[in-house]
Amino acid sequence: MPLLLNEEQTMLRDSARGFIGDKAPIAHFRQLRDSKDATGFSRDHWKTFAEMGFAGLLVPEAHGGSGLGAVEAGVIMEEIGRTLMPSPFFATSVLSVTALRGGSEAQQAAWLPKIVDGSLLAALAVDEGNKHRPHHIAMKAERAGNGFKLSGDKAFVVDGHVADLLIVAARSGGTPGEREGLTLFAVDPKATGITIERTVMVDAHNAARVAFDNVAVDADSVLGEVDQGGALLDRVLNIGRAAAAAEMVGLSDEVFGRTVTYLKERKQFGKLIGEFQALQHRAAHLYTEIEVTRAAAMKALQLLDAEAPNAAAAVAVAKAKAGTTATLAVQEGVQMHGGMGMTDQFDIGLFMKRARVCQELLGDSNYHADQLAKLKKY
Amino acid sequence: MSDLDQFRSDTRAWLEANCPPEMRKPVTADEDVFWGGRNTKFASEPQRLWFERMRDKGWTVPDWPKQYGGGGLDGAEAKILREEMARIGARPPLSSFGIWMLGPALLKYGNDEQKKEHLPKIAAGLIRWCQGYSEPNAGSDLASLQTRAESDGDHYVINGQKIWTSYANYADWIFCLVRTDPAAKKHDGISFILFDMTSPGVSTKPILLISGKSPFCETFFDNVRVPKSHVVGTVNRGWDVAKYLLQHERAMISGMGERGVGRPLGQIAADSVGVDAQGRLDDAMLRGQIASFEVDEAALACAAERAVDLAKAGQGHPAFSSAMKYYGTELNKRRYEILMSAGGIGALEWESPRSHEGARPRAWLRTKANSIEGGTSEVMLGIVAKRILDLPGA
Ligand SMILES: Cc1cc2nc3c(=O)[nH]c(=O)nc-3n(C[C@H](O)[C@H](O)[C@H](O)COP(=O)(O)OP(=O)(O)OC[C@H]3O[C@@H](n4cnc5c(N)ncnc54)[C@H](O)[C@@H]3O)c2cc1C
Repeated sequence: MPLLLNEEQTMLRDSARGFIGDKAPIAHFRQLRDSKDATGFSRDHWKTFAEMGFAGLLVPEAHGGSGLGAVEAGVIMEEIGRTLMPSPFFATSVLSVTALRGGSEAQQAAWLPKIVDGSLLAALAVDEGNKHRPHHIAMKAERAGNGFKLSGDKAFVVDGHVADLLIVAARSGGTPGEREGLTLFAVDPKATGITIERTVMVDAHNAARVAFDNVAVDADSVLGEVDQGGALLDRVLNIGRAAAAAEMVGLSDEVFGRTVTYLKERKQFGKLIGEFQALQHRAAHLYTEIEVTRAAAMKALQLLDAEAPNAAAAVAVAKAKAGTTATLAVQEGVQMHGGMGMTDQFDIGLFMKRARVCQELLGDSNYHADQLAKLKKY
Repeated sequence: MSDLDQFRSDTRAWLEANCPPEMRKPVTADEDVFWGGRNTKFASEPQRLWFERMRDKGWTVPDWPKQYGGGGLDGAEAKILREEMARIGARPPLSSFGIWMLGPALLKYGNDEQKKEHLPKIAAGLIRWCQGYSEPNAGSDLASLQTRAESDGDHYVINGQKIWTSYANYADWIFCLVRTDPAAKKHDGISFILFDMTSPGVSTKPILLISGKSPFCETFFDNVRVPKSHVVGTVNRGWDVAKYLLQHERAMISGMGERGVGRPLGQIAADSVGVDAQGRLDDAMLRGQIASFEVDEAALACAAERAVDLAKAGQGHPAFSSAMKYYGTELNKRRYEILMSAGGIGALEWESPRSHEGARPRAWLRTKANSIEGGTSEVMLGIVAKRILDLPGA
């Protein structure tokens, strides 16, 4: 499989780039940030996303979706990364759709068409501590009656404040640290015992803390098998990680482009600063890092679609690499813009903040380098 | 007991008796820093006490001469005082561009009248100063500055614009570089001049930083009249003063690499991430990063100590402050990257009482300027290459 976009994927990219660049440039994100918009993204844009088939990109055609794969999701994420467009795409269309596809036919039929038409937003609640450690999930799912009672706290629930459906990873068996004993639940966020606090993060995107206090859910809410949620969760997380890597590729590439433009415009000492070799080599180095990262992300997305056994390792490589590259790209971006890069009025800082959050999202570079070591058994 | 041993034990006892416990805690919020000035307010009673006691001993500026409000300490004594303050984690009683930058330049280049007028007020925190160097088109290439000062009898009339003037909106006076001879080569027509920020024609406009704070400004001069007696050093030779001051600025900024964040990084990380059965930080990669950071941090502290000793022995290189500035600021950026990484999700919150309104991410973002302000890392390395290594064409 060539590590290139095919014709349809290229068309998808062009239409996503056209829409996002036109309707949701950085000014759009700034406006939402500065007005402290309660939703944090544009519902109108989300409607258009649905009409363009993006909301249901990963939904099988049988449920009205486009039946596309991870590569296509990555294409959209990369474009989102370029303008920092706040959008439910990641939480709803990537993470939640993948989780719901692990559910029964009846569950899929109940939720997926609503995601396709843009009427349902969903969010995934996994993380509990400061660092992403999915197998350390401690949230309790205790059997009660024909169902379960959920208790525990989740943090960093992307779009948790607007979700119509929460997908919650909880421990029905085993002990924290084990992959066994996890179960995924589809929960109504309005259920008694749930408290949701929107957290305003450094990147001004959306996240929430969600507390569960003895929340009663019935057996129908289980996605897949009780105690066997680990495999499904890994699948959800891996596509999310690859998608986040793609977002970081878009973000890094955009910052890089803006920085190179600046190197060609800004004069000091009677020269364009891009004439200084001290900056030239670093720009060239950054270029190679971004190209390497782009390939790694594409590889991971393709292997996920092929359900290849080495997909997990490729995802670890992509997310680890994308995290360090994005960190480098934004640091170099600020540094090479000099004082301008430190001002809020300039966009580079916004990318820096978003890169930090993408780094933490579903595991940072350290986490994924460590995963790779574990997969390779050393 | 030698004189120095005596000095150390006296100093230790005095600090023990006089430094309030609240002033021995790490600085975490903006209010923890006392800047002085005409419009100043103390954030707390301990802050006031600590400042006043130190001022009365001349220890806001321990190595300045006593006649200018200093402590009159020699190099060895000043070092002991620094060490003893560090030992108990004492905060600086007064933070001031007057102390770090202008004071040393005045001591070297100012005339008697200027020293008598300004130094004691700096020492006593009465006047808050800002630095008018950079302009929109003169950043790294500072000597290309265009702000004009035209002669009019015994005054100069100043017109132009400065940018990135830190705290210009709080400052009482500015030390400013202006062009007094537009016909001369770029380094030869610059003068170093002081004036009151309330002079007619001075205005400032804050610039918001990516950290969400606005400590610096654009500063505009519209026919500002300044007596010629306010020029420090020789007219048109201001570049010498400017460079000397920059050395001090760079030394001050490089010190940030030593400043720390209160508790050891490893402990902060352990609190956030947890430890394994052997008590090691439960994230092997992060643990490695912290350890290698701490190696560099400890080594830098040694280099800083040695730099002082070299300077005292007359063996220092004047451009060495550029090497230290480069190293210290890059290290400090690394420190905050690691802190963010250690904090994980908990360090990403921007607005909440729980996160002290995002104190950590804001501090992290602010550090990105360390390698830009006071001369960028690239410019520092250029100076080392040219002035210390004597490389051709650098
Ligand atoms: C937080 C902050 C506070 C500041 N406070 C003050 C203050 O109080 N008063 C004041 O006067 N100024 C202040 N400054 C300004 C600061 O000194 C300048 O920002 C700095 O000198 C860089 O200038 P510039 O922003 O114009 O960047 P530029 O000079 O435009 O630099 C852009 C990029 O080009 C690189 N570059 C430039 N020349 C070369 C070269 N020869 N070789 C290799 N690379 C090169 C730079 O390193 C940088 O990466 C402050 C800046 C910041 C960010």
